[in-house]
Amino acid sequence: MPHKKSLEELQALAKGIRRNIVKMIGAAGSGHPGGSLSAVEILVTLYYDVMRHDPQNPSWPDRDRFILSKGHACPVLYATLAELGYTPKDELMRLRKLGSIYQGHPDKRFLPVLEASTGSLGQGLSLGIGMALAARLDGKDYRTYVLLGDGEIQEGQVWEAAMFGAFHKVDNVCAIVDYNKIQLDGFVKDIMDLEPLVPKWQGFGWHVIEVDGHDIPALQRAFAEAAATKGKPTVLIAHTVKGKGVSFMENNPKFHGVAPTPEEVEIALKELA
Amino acid sequence: MPANTKFALKMGVATRVAFGDALLELARRDDRIVVCDADISKSTMTHKFHQEFPDRFFSCGIAEANMVAIGAGLAAAGKIAFVSSFSCFVLNKGFEQLRVTVAYPELKHFIVVGTHSGISIGEDGPSQMSIEDMALTCALPGFRVLAPADEVAMRALVKEAAYHGNPVFLRAGRPKVPIVYENGGEFSIGGSNTLIDGSDVTLMACGLMVAEAIRAQELLEKDGISARVIDLYSVKPLDRETIARAAEETGALVVAEEHLVDSGLGVRVAQVVSETAPAAMEFVGLTGYAESGPGGGLLDKYGLRAGNIAAAARRAVERKRVG
Ligand SMILES: Cc1ncc(C[n+]2csc(CCOP(=O)(O)OP(=O)(O)O)c2C)c(N)n1
Repeated sequence: MPHKKSLEELQALAKGIRRNIVKMIGAAGSGHPGGSLSAVEILVTLYYDVMRHDPQNPSWPDRDRFILSKGHACPVLYATLAELGYTPKDELMRLRKLGSIYQGHPDKRFLPVLEASTGSLGQGLSLGIGMALAARLDGKDYRTYVLLGDGEIQEGQVWEAAMFGAFHKVDNVCAIVDYNKIQLDGFVKDIMDLEPLVPKWQGFGWHVIEVDGHDIPALQRAFAEAAATKGKPTVLIAHTVKGKGVSFMENNPKFHGVAPTPEEVEIALKELA
Repeated sequence: MPANTKFALKMGVATRVAFGDALLELARRDDRIVVCDADISKSTMTHKFHQEFPDRFFSCGIAEANMVAIGAGLAAAGKIAFVSSFSCFVLNKGFEQLRVTVAYPELKHFIVVGTHSGISIGEDGPSQMSIEDMALTCALPGFRVLAPADEVAMRALVKEAAYHGNPVFLRAGRPKVPIVYENGGEFSIGGSNTLIDGSDVTLMACGLMVAEAIRAQELLEKDGISARVIDLYSVKPLDRETIARAAEETGALVVAEEHLVDSGLGVRVAQVVSETAPAAMEFVGLTGYAESGPGGGLLDKYGLRAGNIAAAARRAVERKRVG
């Protein structure tokens, strides 16, 4: 398990991961920067502070699980796993290249350390709940975390899973909605508004915590509250900024699925210095 | 199309782009046309329709199963509904809805358009690559399945699909593809086009594999093998007569598709051939999920090139010879 880090260390890690996200997508020439950058603090907090896991022992049966249901944001997951030492860092720049372990969407065949192959939105929460049920059956105390996109939760399956999770009192699963307010074609409010989102999840029987998804101490408190909540699953509604950390990507729907040019990479790296 | 014209195969636009343009053109003349899209209109190219006809465009969010049934409702109530997303999402997520709300009631004026079909989409990888879509849609009773090779074919088939009496799946691709029908062509549901005449072997293909089949014919010609090339853009229903004639006259067939080889065009052709004029057959297609990489590099790596078709043709001809 990684040693506990100070807030400053965690923030520095977040910045380094942002740099790698920008660099790797720039090198690939395609990919999804916006939704990768919005989730950086969520992954850093989970992997460096909240989750029980061991980079020396990736298949440890008692590890906490993390599922990136919004698979297109895999650069943030790849950069984090590489930073932790699970996977080689130098290969990050081979993202999306033929034969690379860092496939365009998470692919367990190429990267067995992943908990799931994702990329078709809407399925991760069901999968995570299944893992959480297995933990319960086996009398194990590991927890399962599932990161969802805000656009992603328009999928009906997410709400079928939500209903199931509450009905079966799956309190060892924790969902996080990366609420960056933008999806592929534009702003969520214009494509298919989700509001009022908090009462929706509450109506489905979940414990809901609203949190600033870039505020690491707030995320730490929220995950602690989730772990302490018994008898129902918890969802974090994490308010985030799509493209966070790079001025021209922030809140800009264009950078959902467009790679930065070499010049843009340079500007971005200066901003993230 | 006169047989044995030379094919320049100049690069054209992607079939998804031709779809978006043809849809718009059609919509300007027919206000029954409506469009449903699932947060991917910039990629399926229905965003042009959205801009011009906002009242007839329905943004469904990332919820493909619901979208299919919404489109079915629109079609059932008199509209001509085009329902679009990436092939893999709209067909896999919406399959049950296609079955019960579209195929079962024999709905007409319902066109599901799947873009980004096949592995040539490239870097996004297998979760976004549709390689089962023809299997799924051909399985649905009444469905028509069209896989145009280029922009000319797509433009013509959008019109055919809109006014057909059965539900239709239109298969579109992401990358630019060469123009096969530079001098135009005729297209009808259930039809095919014999692009090149030949007597030793027949190469049949759909979608972007048609251009590869044309190139394969050139390779085979150098070996002294005379190959017929047929564009089977109408995957369902097939042009049985043309297939049977080719089987009888050439006695050796290759079917090429950017789809799983176990469940696509090839097995459908084999059914016709076995019912009419049994012949030596070879199949070029995919046997499993691919990976990320440049689209062209993937077509090379996964054996979907002219060279692969030519090699299969030599095998078929050899088998015909030894009997
Ligand atoms: C089932 C499915 N439909 C469509 C897509 C195409 N797609 C990829 S990302 C995306 C938008 C996702 O938006 P959101 O969940 O808000 O992600 P984020 O903003 O965090 O990147 C879409 C529609 C997909 N991957 N899966």
